[in-house]
Amino acid sequence: MVSFILNDAMIACAEPEGTVLLDIIRYKQHLPGTKIGCREGDCGACTVLVGELKGDRVEYRSMTSCLLALANVHGKHIVTVEGLNMDTLSPVQQAMVDESGTQCGFCTPGFVVSLSGCCMSKETVTQDLATRAIDGNICRCTGYKSIERAAGIIADQLKKKDGKDPIGWSVKNGFLPSYFTGIKDRLERMRTEAQLSVVSSSVAHPNAGEPVRQDQLTTNNQREPVRSTNRQPNTDNSILVSGGTDLYVQKHDTMHRSLVRSVFNDEALKGIRFKGDECVIGGACTANDLLASKELLHHFPNLESQLLLVSSTPIRNMGTLAGNFVNASPIGDLTIFFLALDSDIELSVVSSSVAPSSAHGPVRQSNRQLTTDNRRSKKLKDLYKGYKDLDKSSSEILTSVRFALPTKSTRFNFEKVSKRTYLDIATVNSAIRLEMEGDKICEAYLSAGGVAPIPKYLAKTSAFLAGKSISPETVRGAITIMNDEIAPISDARGTAEYKRLLLRQLVFAHFMELFPEKFALKELVA
Amino acid sequence: MKNIDSSGHVTGRSIYLDDIPVMQGTLYALPYDAPSAHANIKKLDVSEATAYPGVIRILTYTDVPGENQIGGIIPDEPLFAEKEIHFWGMPVALIIATSENAAIQARKLITVELEELPVITDPREARAKGELIIPPRTFKLGDPKQAWAKCAHVFEGRADTNGQEHLYIETQGAYAYPTEHGSIRISSSTQGPTAVQRTVAKVLGVPMHKVEVDVTRLGGGFGGKEDQASAWAAMVALASYLLKKPVKLAMHRMDDMRMTGKRHPYSSDFKIGLDKDLKIVAYEATFHQNAGAAADLSPAVMERTLFHATNSYFVPNVEVTAYCCRTHLPPNTAFRGFGGPQGMFVIESAIAKAAQELGVSAREIQRRNLMHEGSEFSYGQIAEHVNATPAWELADRTFDFDKQQAEVDAFNAKSETHKKGMAIMPICFGISFTNTPMNHARALVHVYQDGSVGVSTGGVEMGQGLNTKMVQVAAAVFSIDPSRVKLESTNTTRVANTSPSAASATADLNGKALENGCNAILARIKEKASRMLKSTPEAITIVNEAVLNNGQPTELDWKKLIHACHWDRVNLSESGHYATPEIHFDKAKEKGHPFAYHVYGTAAVMVTVDCIRGTYVVDAVKLVHDFGKRMNDAVDIGQIEGGLVQGLGWMTMEEIVYNDKGKLLSNALSTYKVPDIHSVPKEITIEALPTDGHPLAIRRSKAVGEPPLMYGIGVYFAIQNAIKAFRPDARMVFDAPYTPEKVLMGLYM
Repeated sequence: MVSFILNDAMIACAEPEGTVLLDIIRYKQHLPGTKIGCREGDCGACTVLVGELKGDRVEYRSMTSCLLALANVHGKHIVTVEGLNMDTLSPVQQAMVDESGTQCGFCTPGFVVSLSGCCMSKETVTQDLATRAIDGNICRCTGYKSIERAAGIIADQLKKKDGKDPIGWSVKNGFLPSYFTGIKDRLERMRTEAQLSVVSSSVAHPNAGEPVRQDQLTTNNQREPVRSTNRQPNTDNSILVSGGTDLYVQKHDTMHRSLVRSVFNDEALKGIRFKGDECVIGGACTANDLLASKELLHHFPNLESQLLLVSSTPIRNMGTLAGNFVNASPIGDLTIFFLALDSDIELSVVSSSVAPSSAHGPVRQSNRQLTTDNRRSKKLKDLYKGYKDLDKSSSEILTSVRFALPTKSTRFNFEKVSKRTYLDIATVNSAIRLEMEGDKICEAYLSAGGVAPIPKYLAKTSAFLAGKSISPETVRGAITIMNDEIAPISDARGTAEYKRLLLRQLVFAHFMELFPEKFALKELVA
Repeated sequence: MKNIDSSGHVTGRSIYLDDIPVMQGTLYALPYDAPSAHANIKKLDVSEATAYPGVIRILTYTDVPGENQIGGIIPDEPLFAEKEIHFWGMPVALIIATSENAAIQARKLITVELEELPVITDPREARAKGELIIPPRTFKLGDPKQAWAKCAHVFEGRADTNGQEHLYIETQGAYAYPTEHGSIRISSSTQGPTAVQRTVAKVLGVPMHKVEVDVTRLGGGFGGKEDQASAWAAMVALASYLLKKPVKLAMHRMDDMRMTGKRHPYSSDFKIGLDKDLKIVAYEATFHQNAGAAADLSPAVMERTLFHATNSYFVPNVEVTAYCCRTHLPPNTAFRGFGGPQGMFVIESAIAKAAQELGVSAREIQRRNLMHEGSEFSYGQIAEHVNATPAWELADRTFDFDKQQAEVDAFNAKSETHKKGMAIMPICFGISFTNTPMNHARALVHVYQDGSVGVSTGGVEMGQGLNTKMVQVAAAVFSIDPSRVKLESTNTTRVANTSPSAASATADLNGKALENGCNAILARIKEKASRMLKSTPEAITIVNEAVLNNGQPTELDWKKLIHACHWDRVNLSESGHYATPEIHFDKAKEKGHPFAYHVYGTAAVMVTVDCIRGTYVVDAVKLVHDFGKRMNDAVDIGQIEGGLVQGLGWMTMEEIVYNDKGKLLSNALSTYKVPDIHSVPKEITIEALPTDGHPLAIRRSKAVGEPPLMYGIGVYFAIQNAIKAFRPDARMVFDAPYTPEKVLMGLYM
C-alpha cells in the first residue's frame, strides 16, 4: 500500500506500485485537470508538484506524473491543479488569464502547476527562473510569449516572498490554499505513525563519516530505506526503478504490471560529498540535485548552462545519475559529462535480506536492505561493453560516482547539439577535461555521445592530446584520430555524415570555449 | 475581452474528451495496424487476442453494417483495411475490451501474414508511375511561354518542404453510446461534427438523424481533426452500435502520430523570369503534393497551393500546375494554411534564388512586385482593398528595414563565429473555403425568459477563441452584458449540416449567422417594446441593457422587456443562417472570385546562426498585420504569436522522418520536436495595420487563424542569409525545415 497526500486528501493506494501516478490521479482519483499529452515526459501536460520533507521544511519539485512510479511518491505530498484551486483564481492563474497565456487550454494546467512551484521555493524568483520552471511544458497554441509575460508578472509578484517560509508567505498572500500550511505536520505525522525506525542501512553511504549536506539527508540520519514492492523473498524478477524517466518511456505498457523495486527515495544513494580533491555523488542524485549544490557550481562555473541543456526541469527532478549511466544510452548527457571527468563508479550487490513487512502503515518499512558485500569500483568508461551491454550483473546497482575535482590547471567543457536546443535528446554531445601545464596538455579526457553504440570515451584521441601543446595543429591532429575512433549511424536525429561533422565542430567548440584567445574558427576549419 | 474559457483552463475544469465522466459499462476501443506500408493481407489471426482476458470482441471490415468507407471528398479510404494495406498505420482491426490496458496487451497478440508490395514515399516517383489521386490542375494567367523571351533574367530551381505533425496536445478521440430507437450519441474531438455524423451514418448504414455528434472543445486541432477525427468516431460508434454499450477511444500519442496524416510534404520545381527592373514577368511552378495513401482533403489542399502560388505578388504571366500524388504514407490532411504555405515557400525560394544570382537583396524584388488595387490573381479574382503595399510600407517605416540590415551587416563584420541574417516575409491569404458551397453556417439563439442567452453555432472551439468572439457578437447585437451569454457545445441536433471549423472562416461564417439570428430576435423584441411604449420599432434601441425610445430612457430594460415578450408569446428563439455573398469559382475554367477577402501582412525576421555548432536562435520577428477592425485584441494577438511560432517550427526543427519502407521514425515527442519556450523568437513585435476592416469579416474584424503561420517562412530565408554571411559561396538549398543538420552542412559541406 502506497500512502501519500494528494492535494488535501490522504490517499492509500492498493494499485501495483509500478503504476504511474498519472493514471491514479486521473482514473482512480478522478481528478481530470492533469492531462495526458504524450506519456513520455516530453510535453509536461501531466506535471505535478511533489513535496517531501527535507529537514524542517517541505520541498516541492515538479515532475511529470506519466513517468512517476507510484512507488516513488510514498510519504509525499502530490499537488495537482485541483489542489491549487481556491474560491478565486490564484495570482498564477490570474496572470495566465490576464496575459492570454491559454488558448485551447489542454496544456494549461501543466503550466499553472509548474509556475505555482515558484510560490513554494525558497529562491527569489526571477523571470529566468519562472521561465525555467516551465521549460518542460509544451504549448502548441500560444507561441509562449503570452505565457512568458505571465511568468514575468508572477516573478514580479513573488519578489516579496519570504525565503525562510515560502509556503506560509504564499498562503498568507493568497498564492496557495490554506491547507498547504498543514502539510509539513501531516507528512511528519505520517512518518512518525509508521514508526519509521532508523534502518541502519549497511551499505557504504557515499557520505559515510563525512559532513553531509543537510538538505540531502533526512534529519537524525533517518534514511528511507530501499523500498520494495515485492513482499515475497524472491524478487529476482522485479525491476529496479529510480527516476523512471527512461524505463517508463521504454516499457510504458508493461511497467504497471511489473514488480518494481524503487531506489528513488533511498537516502543512502543520495548526497554529494566533497573530500579533499574528490567528489562523490550518490547514484540516486538527479541532475537538479547537482544544480542545487553550490559547491559543485563553484567547481564547475558553467554547470548551470551546461545542465540546463539536459532535458527539462521536471525530468531533471526525476532522472538520476545512476539511471543515466546504467541506461547506457549512447547519447546520455550525464554519462558523457562524467566520462570526461574520468569518473569511477561503485557497484554494489543488492542482497535479499527480508525485513518484516509493515504494509499497513502509511510509510512502510523496507523489506530489503542494501548490503556492503560485493562492492566494487571501476572506471565509468569500462562499464560499457557494447550497445546497452554493461559490465555489471543484474544484481548489482550503481551506488555512486567519484571523480577528482577540477584544480586551477583543469579545463572542462561540455557541449551538446540537438534538433531543439532545450528539452531534447542530443544528436551529438561531448565533454572534455584537460589538465594543463602552461600551454601544454598533461592529461586529456574526451568523451562523445551519438557517435558509437555506447557513450564513447575517446581513449585514442585523449591519449593523442596528452603531452601536446595547445595549437590548431594539435586540434586538427586530434580530429584525425577521432574520426577513426567513432562510428556514427544515420537515424531520426541525423545522418552519420552530419554527426561526424558535428562532433568535429564540438571539439572545435571545446577548444574555443576553453582557450578563447588561442583559436580562431578560420584556423581550425582551414 | 479575455477568452471566456480561460478560467476553466487555468483551474483544470474545462472538459475535454477524456475528461467526460465515464458511464458504467464503458468499453475501450483500440485500433490495430499491421507493420507495413503496402502489403496484401494473406491471413489475419485475432484468435489469441480475442481470448485475452477482458477482450469483448475484435472487429474488422466484415463487421461493418454500412459502408467500410470514410473518404470525405473521394470514397477511396476504407475504415478498416480489407485485402490490402495502403500505409503504415492503416487500421486493420479494432479491439474492444473492458479496459484500455487489456486492449493494449491483446493488440500484441494479433498476428498477420503479409505479402509485401512495393512502397512509394516520394511524390515525384508516384507521379512518374501515374499514381495520381485526381488529374493535375493548372492555374494560368497571361502566357508565360511567350513571356520568357521578354525576361532579362530567368532562373530555375527546386524547392521542397517537409510535412508537419499537428501535435495537438490532446490526441484524437471519441466516445459513443447507444440511445433510443437505434440511435447513437458521440462525443468527438473533431473540428467537423457534421463530417463525423456523415461518416458514422455511412459506416453504420443509418440515416444521419440517428447520429448525434457533440463537441465541447478540442485540445488543439490545427486541421488535424478536420477530416481525420472521423475514423476514430466511426470506430467507437461501430462498436457501440454492435455491442449496445458505451465505447471510448482516447488515442495514445504514438498511435496517433503513426496512424494520422500530417501537413503535406511538397516537392516543387520553379522557373522565374524578371525584367531589368526586377519586375517579375513570368512564373511557372510544378507542385508535387505528397498526398499519402488516400485523397482525404488533398485535392482541396492542392487547390489552395495554386491559389497562393504567387503569394503577395502580382505576376502578369503565371502557369502553376499541381499533382496530387498517391504514396504509401498516411493520408496527409489539413494543417493551418492548407497548402498555401507550401505554395508560398516556392515563390519565396524563386525570389531568393533570383536575388542571389543577381546580387540584389530579395527584399528589393519582393517590394517591387507587391500586388496593388486591381491586380489580377492567376485565378481571375481582381484584388480589392489591397493592403500588401500599406503593410510593407508601415513595417518599413516602423522597423526600418535598412537600419535593421545595417545592424546585421555590422554584427557580421565583427563576429567570426556567429552570423546574423534577416529576411522579409510578406503574406497574402484568401479567406473562404475555396469550395464555394461550404461557405455557409447557422447559429441557434435562445433568449431565456430571465434575459439570459444561450448560443449554439456550428463552430468548434479549439483554442482559437471562437466562443469568446461569439459571445461578443451576441452581446453586441443585443447590447447586453457578455456575462448573460452562454456558448453551448457544438451539437449536430442543434445546428445541422455544418462546415468544419477551418479555413480561418469559422468566426466569419458562424458569427454572421449568429448576427442574423440575434437581429431577428432583436426585431421581434423591439416590436414588442414599441407596443409597450406606444412607439415604433424603428425608434426603439437597446443600449447597455437599457431600452431607449427615440434615444430617451424608458422604464424598460433588457430583463423586463424579455420577461414581457415571453408572456406575450413572442418567439425568443431563432436559427440564423448565413451564406457568404459574392463568391464563386468555376473549376472548369479555373477562374472566379473564390475569396470573400484577403488578409495581408509583412514580417521582418532576424536570426543568429552559431557557425561553430550549426544552431540558431530567432532574435526577433517584427510584423505589421492586417487585422481589419480587430474585435478582440487578446485573441487575435494570440493567433498571430501562435501561428507564427507554428510556422517557425515547420521551417526549423519539426522534421518528419519516414524510412524507405514507409515507417514513421519521428513517431513520438522524443523524436519529433515542436518549439519549446526557449526556441521562440526573443522578441515578437506586432503592429496592426490601421484600416476599416472588411464588410464580409465578422464585425469588420478579419480572419486571423491561418495567415500568421506563413510569417514563419521568413525564418528559413533569414537563416539562409546568415549562412551566406559566413560562407558566401554556400549552395542555395530550398529544403525546409532548416534543421541544425542542414545548417551545419550548409556552412561546411
